[in-house]
Amino acid sequence: MSTPLAIELLGVRRGFARSGFALEVDRLEVPAGSSLALLGPSGSGKSTLLHLLALLEAPDAGSVRIGGREVTPADRDVRLQIAAVFQRPYLFKGSVLANVAYGLKVRGVERTERERRATAAFETVGLAGYETRGVAQLSGGEAQRVSLARALAIEPRVLLLDEPLASLDPLLRRQLARDFARIARESGATTVWVTHDQDEALIVADRTAVLRDGRIAAHGSADDVMALPVDEWTAAFLGVAAAQRGRVVGSADGLVEIAVGEARVFASGEAEIGAEVHVAVRPEDVLLFAAGSEMPVTTARNRLPARVTSLEPRGATLYATLDAGGALLASTVSRAAATELALATGTDTLAVFKATAVRWRPIDNG
Amino acid sequence: MDIYTDALADGFVLLTSGTVDVWTIVSTSLRVSGLAVAIALVVGLPLGMLLGLKRFIGRTAALIIFNAGMGLPPVFVGLLVAMTLSRRGPLGDLSLLYSQTAMVIAQVIIAVPIVVAISAAAVGAVPRELRWQAAALGAQRWRVGMLTLSEARVGLIAAVAGGFGAIISEVGAVQMVGGNLRGETRVMTTAIVEFTRKGDYGSALALALVLMAIVVAVNIALVSMQTSADKWDRP
Repeated sequence: MSTPLAIELLGVRRGFARSGFALEVDRLEVPAGSSLALLGPSGSGKSTLLHLLALLEAPDAGSVRIGGREVTPADRDVRLQIAAVFQRPYLFKGSVLANVAYGLKVRGVERTERERRATAAFETVGLAGYETRGVAQLSGGEAQRVSLARALAIEPRVLLLDEPLASLDPLLRRQLARDFARIARESGATTVWVTHDQDEALIVADRTAVLRDGRIAAHGSADDVMALPVDEWTAAFLGVAAAQRGRVVGSADGLVEIAVGEARVFASGEAEIGAEVHVAVRPEDVLLFAAGSEMPVTTARNRLPARVTSLEPRGATLYATLDAGGALLASTVSRAAATELALATGTDTLAVFKATAVRWRPIDNG
Repeated sequence: MDIYTDALADGFVLLTSGTVDVWTIVSTSLRVSGLAVAIALVVGLPLGMLLGLKRFIGRTAALIIFNAGMGLPPVFVGLLVAMTLSRRGPLGDLSLLYSQTAMVIAQVIIAVPIVVAISAAAVGAVPRELRWQAAALGAQRWRVGMLTLSEARVGLIAAVAGGFGAIISEVGAVQMVGGNLRGETRVMTTAIVEFTRKGDYGSALALALVLMAIVVAVNIALVSMQTSADKWDRP
């Protein structure tokens, strides 16, 4: 296992005069050995950012720091610590073995050692015995595994993956996402995984950055970014409700009381009274009861009377948005439950959720 | 029909009798055209790579010029080279007119646009992502260049075939700058013209058959190289 290198982008600017597109990243850190999913819609600058990290191009301004020092495409010693896997496998004509050994050949590794390490990489990606095949004989999934093996064979300290599964069908994509994520983790490298698929992002990385029009719209732990999207656009892109602003009005016994509009929401944790926070609850954590119904004794601390503001189908379930005295919530409910509760836009209901289901974070006003 | 059968019979006798002159002509042809195509590759491949891979002001104009150059009339090239090397020309002092060197120069000028245009198209068709991939695996610039050539080899073989085919079979330029001097600058095409003019159809046909055999053999070799390159094509 290789020793990973930390990645840091500071004040990076990269412009494209013709399209008018500009990448502007004030700060992005990927600690050594961690994995970052770079999420964003098409054209948001994800691949450009990855090219900068792969040292394939230099930024117009700002600095790319890898392993604690500023680097440029001319720093070959650092480039040799990096491997990238692109959206399509782009295997070179020749045998599969020659492809996997390419990075080692470039590094002047002698033939026997090249073949030993390439064979080990084949085993890692589950393609033992494929060495003598031609690249034309591979399926799409196999070709992408070979591409990953080619990157792993050089034992990179930084592993960059640019939508490596995007050209595969959805079923294979889900299978390979888990495999690739495990392999990348076991490689020990600092990993940046570009994707436009948030489910994939949750599987493959422990940190997430959302890119919008060349700027970082959200950045943090995958859980935080997904659960507490701080603006409407990020929330819409992630398909969840945006976090709301609230103010801490009480904090005792490991419980924080947060005022959101007229409502009071209890969350686990501790905070300074008066602190401004972002707060959100996942729709799948919110249970709905008939308004005025007798509640059983429960561990759920939050029981908020709410009105249904919209109800729309999402696959097999329904997605209800709720207004609980200014606290905007959402809940996913089965069609059967919606019928039983006679849910419709404008009906009253009772929203119930545990304090531990409430995600919150102090707002950094600095 | 006797004219064909008689010529074939005469030609066969000429080729099998070990007449030295015929094989001198053939070897001169191969030497001149082989050297010319080699020089055209040395000059044309880097130019083709530059035009195929880089984007710069004037690139389109250069591509148009080289593509048009593929149809450059050999007699026009012959005329320019003859004027340049003639006693009153700018390189007249070198006394190269009516030499094999003059013939090589003319053939290089004919072959270079073909090599440039075809190789530019061939390397331009290699996905740039493939070059990024190699660079992202740590390949130096020269290695990325070699990989690009290797990926484009089917097209590059076509460039060699096109260049060699054009010059081994052209007559205008070599006639004008070589002078068809027996034992010196006489090549297959100029000899065929000479023999035909004299009514020696047997000798002309014998050389024409050798010329055809060479062209076919070279192309068989190049096509088999292309086929083996295809075997490793990407999915």
